[in-house]
Amino acid sequence: MIEYFTPVWLSLPESLQYTIYTLLKVVVILMPLFIVVAYYTLAERKVIGYMQSRIGPNRVGPKGLLQPFADMFKLMFKEIILPTNANKYLFFIAPVLTFAPAMAAWAVMPFNDTLVFADINAGLLYILAMTSVGVYGVIIAGWASNSKYALIGAMRSAAQIVAYEIAMGFALVGVLMAAGSLNLGKIVASQEGGVGSWFFIPLFPLFMVYLISGVAETNRAPFDVVEGESEIVAGFHVEYSGMTFAVFFLAEYANMILIAMLASLMFFGGWLSPIPDLAGDSIGWLFLKTGFFMFLFLWVRATFPRYRYDQIMRLGWKVLIPVAIVWIAVEGVMVYFKLGPWSV
Amino acid sequence: MFAKIKFYLKSFLFLELLKGLGVTGRYFFRRKITVQYPEQKTPISPRFRGLHALRRYANGEERCIACKLCEAVCPAVAITIESEQRADGTRRTTRYDIDLFKCIYCGFCEEACPVDAIVETNIFEYHFENRGENIMTKEMLLDIGDRCEDQLAADRAVDAPYR
Repeated sequence: MIEYFTPVWLSLPESLQYTIYTLLKVVVILMPLFIVVAYYTLAERKVIGYMQSRIGPNRVGPKGLLQPFADMFKLMFKEIILPTNANKYLFFIAPVLTFAPAMAAWAVMPFNDTLVFADINAGLLYILAMTSVGVYGVIIAGWASNSKYALIGAMRSAAQIVAYEIAMGFALVGVLMAAGSLNLGKIVASQEGGVGSWFFIPLFPLFMVYLISGVAETNRAPFDVVEGESEIVAGFHVEYSGMTFAVFFLAEYANMILIAMLASLMFFGGWLSPIPDLAGDSIGWLFLKTGFFMFLFLWVRATFPRYRYDQIMRLGWKVLIPVAIVWIAVEGVMVYFKLGPWSV
Repeated sequence: MFAKIKFYLKSFLFLELLKGLGVTGRYFFRRKITVQYPEQKTPISPRFRGLHALRRYANGEERCIACKLCEAVCPAVAITIESEQRADGTRRTTRYDIDLFKCIYCGFCEEACPVDAIVETNIFEYHFENRGENIMTKEMLLDIGDRCEDQLAADRAVDAPYR
């Protein structure tokens, strides 16, 4: 088999080889991501069910394990309804605009010191940019739907993302001050040396700011006023059905996993082992830590009631941003006098 | 001053949030109370009000004497009764229809009945597939009564001290 393909492969021009190779890498990253997203939706229903003394979906397939596929096929075969007087072009481009950045952000994700699709030096900046672009999809969806609930949802989303983007950015500034690099691989590398040197200890306030604004950024409970099903039905995606709705859904969950993985990369040492003498570094640690944060998101959703809209704004502007700024100042002093565990 | 410090300490250490997470965390491991419906069912009270039935006496004579109290008491006007005198001089129904779309399963008909003729069984799993199937005729009601007589008699015996 291999002998047959090798000459064919070598006969291809260099540029084509490169393109095929890159596309293969994209597939290798995105396919597992889709599967994780699918099972994350099931995990969400199961975990929240368990926390409410229910057992959650368990009918489709053994123990309900085929539920995500049932959901997917249902959405695929449903009609995509275009509301009257909706802007057709914007209506259909909006889910793509939400989905594409959510996927694109994964390009710079390092899975261990060598496994990274695009090892660029501005990785953190790129991720910040990509996660902010996603909100345009939400706003356009709300505008194009020609529905008042969708528009209210989109407006809320815009205000909320602006507020929390800043807090999140400041939290990340703290990380890059500590690591001395925007490259995600280098950020992890600078946390070498067991639990003690992970950034969440010296940067604990920034870690909490990041986590809270991460939940807000992905429009998850308790910050899900954008969807707020009890007030504005489903917010920006009320009018979306079938596959267009599924794409929004996919993007939201991909973003959640992204935020969880970023948290473990930047504050919890990524693939580094907590006790280097006992167990070596491996990609398994990264997945374990990411899994923990993913579970935490579900746990938080099952526990806390939705914030009131003005309280969200208050928390973002008057609590998280000042906390982040104060701690960046503290950290600056620590870095200047070489007080921290970092070696910049 | 002290209260203010305590407030800030409390909110910045997320004490109350952690308490909340603790509650849901404990429930995560609790026994689940879901009843998996088609396989498992909850116990049914002898006073359960499900599908209707008309009962008969032990000798096979139908109980209903067409007094129309049920028709009068029915708050949803779901019962329609027509009656005539039989050859032996007794009054019986010729038509006894219950529109299940109108019925609200309040059980007033059952309470109003002086001869325990119209009753509500514990059948709750039924459906309609065609128009008109929602109308229960006298024959259908009597048939259900014949099928469920044992259950109906047992339920009424259990409930007798309270009636």
